[in-house]
Amino acid sequence: MLQVITFWILASVTVLSAFFVVAARNPVRSVLWLILAFFSAAGLFVLLGAEFLAMLLIVVYVGAVAVLFLFVVMMLDVDFTELKQGFLSYLPFGALVSIVLATELIIVGNAWTEANVVAPAGASATPEGVSNVEALGMLLYDDYAYFFQAAGLVLLVAMIGAIVLTLRHKPHIKRQNIAEQVGRDRKTAVTMQDVKSGEGLGE
Amino acid sequence: METMDPISFWNLPVSVEWTLVALAQILAFMIVLLISLAFLLLMDRKVWASVQMRKGPNVVGAFGLLQSFADFLKFVFKEIVVPAGADRTLFLIAPLITFVLAFIGWAVVPVAPGWVIADLNVGILYLFAISSLGVYGIIIGGWASNSKYPFLGALRSAAQMVSYEVSIGFIIVTVLLFAGSMNLSVIVEQQAGGFWNWNMLALHTLPVPMFLVMIPMTAIFFISALAETNRPPFDLPEAESELVAGYQVEYSSTPYLLFMIGEYLNIVLMCAMTTILFFGGWHAPFEFLSFLPPFFWFAAKVIFFFFMFAMVKALVPRYRYDQLMRLGWKIFLPTSLGAVVLVGAYVAYSGAAS
Amino acid sequence: MSRIAQTIRGALLMDFWGAFVMGLRYMAQPKATINYPFEKGPLSPRFRGQHALRRYANGEERCIACKLCEAVCPAQAITIEAEPREDGSRRTTRYDIDMVKCIYCGFCEEACPVDAIVEGPNFEFAAETREELYYDKEKLLANGDRWEREIARNLELDAPYR
Repeated sequence: MLQVITFWILASVTVLSAFFVVAARNPVRSVLWLILAFFSAAGLFVLLGAEFLAMLLIVVYVGAVAVLFLFVVMMLDVDFTELKQGFLSYLPFGALVSIVLATELIIVGNAWTEANVVAPAGASATPEGVSNVEALGMLLYDDYAYFFQAAGLVLLVAMIGAIVLTLRHKPHIKRQNIAEQVGRDRKTAVTMQDVKSGEGLGE
Repeated sequence: METMDPISFWNLPVSVEWTLVALAQILAFMIVLLISLAFLLLMDRKVWASVQMRKGPNVVGAFGLLQSFADFLKFVFKEIVVPAGADRTLFLIAPLITFVLAFIGWAVVPVAPGWVIADLNVGILYLFAISSLGVYGIIIGGWASNSKYPFLGALRSAAQMVSYEVSIGFIIVTVLLFAGSMNLSVIVEQQAGGFWNWNMLALHTLPVPMFLVMIPMTAIFFISALAETNRPPFDLPEAESELVAGYQVEYSSTPYLLFMIGEYLNIVLMCAMTTILFFGGWHAPFEFLSFLPPFFWFAAKVIFFFFMFAMVKALVPRYRYDQLMRLGWKIFLPTSLGAVVLVGAYVAYSGAAS
Repeated sequence: MSRIAQTIRGALLMDFWGAFVMGLRYMAQPKATINYPFEKGPLSPRFRGQHALRRYANGEERCIACKLCEAVCPAQAITIEAEPREDGSRRTTRYDIDMVKCIYCGFCEEACPVDAIVEGPNFEFAAETREELYYDKEKLLANGDRWEREIARNLELDAPYR
């Protein structure tokens, strides 16, 4: 009973906050609604018995990705009135896209039930005697180790690509070499000069 | 020690009595936490003062013991000022977020065998998730103030906390590899039997010298904890010499108080995490000293780390922002990643994996 | 070589531990703080605090309304009006010091030919309104009566150096 009530609360909060992501006038508030949506989705994961996934969702999406979203959105200088003016003209197209999406989802759902795959794949319970963290780990690192490594490589390539595209070493710019600064000692930093009166260093 | 059966995560014995007992536990824990926080705050100020040869607060109550309560009353009775042009709702929600998040992190902290509100089997991950959420209070507060210094402070804090979370995450992984569990009680139990078994030294791995890895990890965790909680020398979000008070500039009265309590609770939580992960939680350093209650040892260790936090605040000058980022990404991240590899290799090849 | 040594020092947090030991040593040292309202630090005889108008031993006020202090005051905090008294002597009818304007430079004290206006050792005269800090002649004379002993002693101590 409690599960059902919790599910309905979390699900309705997820849907409502997802709606407000679109409906909020202020982009920062949109992101905050998005965070709420993530959060209640994590709650739904816990309800499914996948608390590890729930925590990952919070750590990765709420803790890092959404922070970066917020970071970017806060720095935007958006003219809200101008933004709102175009809203109605996009409405038909947006509605079309969402109708197509909904139809697809319904078709997939029906096909799924027809093919009788719900029981094994829908929400397969974790194996007996193993916590779902271990179950996930076995899946990722034993059964799908190569795919996991490949995904890691793809991410690495993407990261290197981003760095290659954006890193510019401008010439004629003074840069700080902290190791060099810290490594200085009295011998290399100070020289004693015997300066003759009235002559200066002569350089 | 009773750990929850992972599969029956939601099959909690829900009844009226259970709810009442749970609520009473939570309430008691919160009250104890808040009262000890009041004295820890005083200790912070006293340590800071005595390093500078000052006396610190000593007027309210004997030795100034009631200073925090006087400050509390003063904060509460001041006027709440919401700046014009601020996003009123978010402005007032932000300190609440910090405050609430600081409290709910404590739900999984085992202060003594069985003395824990929720013995989650992903406890450490839960703690990690909660501490990564802590940035929202600051970032929302800074943005909602509609003012430049708070905004700059919020941006700094966002980048800083996200950066140091990465290395904290990896360090936690090293400890997890030793314990083979994410349950905090299990992690503490695994370190039983004397200080040489604590994860900081990990001498039970001898002849493999894992202490060469774990001692630096302890130090890096402590320093990252400083950065994660915006403590000096990494208090750039509120650097008073550049940003006045950073994200707190526009806050007054109770909202400010909530921010401050939340911040200090996070600091104490980080001390508790250091204690649990590396210093054996409630275990005594020697077996013959375990006649003292486990809670005493836990509290003593937490207070010791809080003392270290206070000393660092008193001694170390503030980092510049690029130095902070360099330390986090170029030094701590590779070091902790390497440590994960080493510890993983040890666990895999020593047969210590369960 | 020194680079390597520095790296090792940094990795071992040697600088921090040095500072830590020093911090602990400072913790053990006697505190520099004094419990202010209960203990007070020593004051120089030349300390320039709250103003006072002094009297002669027979109760006659010293001020002769020469207005030198008013003239010398850089903050223009002093206002004096004078008239002959019934006995024909020249006295002030009004002697006001705006303590909010005053910068405590002590020029009035220096300018006074009869040591009438002085800055006493009292520095605890904070008030809650500006009006209370607008001292008139009566208040200044009362200050003089109240602080005469300390003022006279300070003047005596400082006399050899003037």
